[in-house]
Amino acid sequence: MSAIAERVKQIIVEKLGVEESEVTQEANFQNDLGADSLDTVELIMEFEKEFNLSIPDDQAENIGTVGQAVAYLEENVK
Amino acid sequence: MSFKRVVITGMGALTPIGNDVSTYWKNLVAGVSGAAPITRFDAEKFRTKFACEVKGLDIHDYIPRQEARKMDPFTQYAVIVSDEAMKDAGFGEGSLNLDKAGVIWGSGIGGLKTFEDEVLNFAANNMTPRFNPFFIPKMIADSASGVLSIRHGFRGPTFITVSACASATNALIDAFNYIRLGMMDVCISGGSEAAVTCAGVGGFNALKALSERNDSPQTASRPYDKDRDGFVLGEGGAAIILEEYEHAKARGAKIYAEMVGAGMSSDAYHITAPHPDGLGAYNVIKNVVESAGIKPEQIDYINTHGTSTPLGDPQELKAIEQFFGDHAPKINISSTKSMTGHLLGGAGAIEAAACIMAIQDQIVPPTINHFTADPTINPDLNLTFNKAQKRQVNYALSNTFGFGGHNASVIFKKLES
Repeated sequence: MSAIAERVKQIIVEKLGVEESEVTQEANFQNDLGADSLDTVELIMEFEKEFNLSIPDDQAENIGTVGQAVAYLEENVK
Repeated sequence: MSFKRVVITGMGALTPIGNDVSTYWKNLVAGVSGAAPITRFDAEKFRTKFACEVKGLDIHDYIPRQEARKMDPFTQYAVIVSDEAMKDAGFGEGSLNLDKAGVIWGSGIGGLKTFEDEVLNFAANNMTPRFNPFFIPKMIADSASGVLSIRHGFRGPTFITVSACASATNALIDAFNYIRLGMMDVCISGGSEAAVTCAGVGGFNALKALSERNDSPQTASRPYDKDRDGFVLGEGGAAIILEEYEHAKARGAKIYAEMVGAGMSSDAYHITAPHPDGLGAYNVIKNVVESAGIKPEQIDYINTHGTSTPLGDPQELKAIEQFFGDHAPKINISSTKSMTGHLLGGAGAIEAAACIMAIQDQIVPPTINHFTADPTINPDLNLTFNKAQKRQVNYALSNTFGFGGHNASVIFKKLES
């Protein structure tokens, strides 16, 4: 697992209070990990803070799963 | 139409001198002070460096971390005390019509800590607007009533009353009235406050409202003492379950006391100072006694607002003397803020609980920290100095007065068996 993926997982475990084993690539924040829309907004903000970047709203809308978050960050984090 | 009767069937408390009702009450009767140096933030530069904080509390023993972090401390306190009160009330499966169960809560300020943290974070990050999505729902004062409604599934009227230090009493009054009118069967009422923060202490310091007796925090809250120098900020809250009498009887509920009176008035004078003639205080006492339909001579105990401020204390007593006349010296009067500090919007809730327990146990908690008599206070009044007093308590009255000139009082009655 990449360093980015590991940090993403830790943020999700911390913010959503889920077990590490639940945070699979396919896991959807809202459908699988119990997040509501506000939790999702907060998660995106945490990613922005952790990786020091800004995720535009139209991009953020496409980040619904753990894998999508990792892929976006791996592509955009310098 | 005739009003329905309203009784108290459950209580929960989280206070600077005890994290449940029984510990709180035991320490009130024993005359324990809850004051100590401030631990919530570094108060070194503040004029007042002590407060009455809730102690030894691990929020996560009560609320899972993921839920707790979406609540301001004043809401966490509300959850903890409402859980205790609901358990105490012991509603069995199917004993509640949730559509007729409400939550009417009081808080003077709401989520002050949340507001502070978010703005400090904004300032620390070059004023870049990165506010947390939970900021607003955590901070707004009604969030406590919303969270309690969701937690207990109560779908009747739910809201917050805000009238500074009278907030929780106003909540009790609204709950009482809605139940009297038949609009609710049951209500979780009470109030909570969590204002021991840098803005809370700094703000009240700027008003010169707080005691600055930093060398002796435990004797700083000394209502009616000649050398009182301001109130001591407290935090916490209490939940009181109000229930329609027949509803409580039908389910065989344990009944602590009956709520029989609700009075309100306003000073219409000054945003922070009390009316110099104690006019609002006199009127609220008159209104609450009339509302209870009893004679003034029937009042046994008054839990005063008595915050330990130079101006406020004597004016309330003046109003009591004016209204009760010859009966005034026969009443046990005490300010339990001498022990708990001033919980602001939560004060009316923990003090209502004190009145209800005084009726239960037939004992009046003291006004501690009395050292020197104030020559402006009538020595014939029984201010229950320093030691609890056993006596017959059939009717207990609780006064609360808030900035803005809001006055609210309630009367509880021992239920005849």
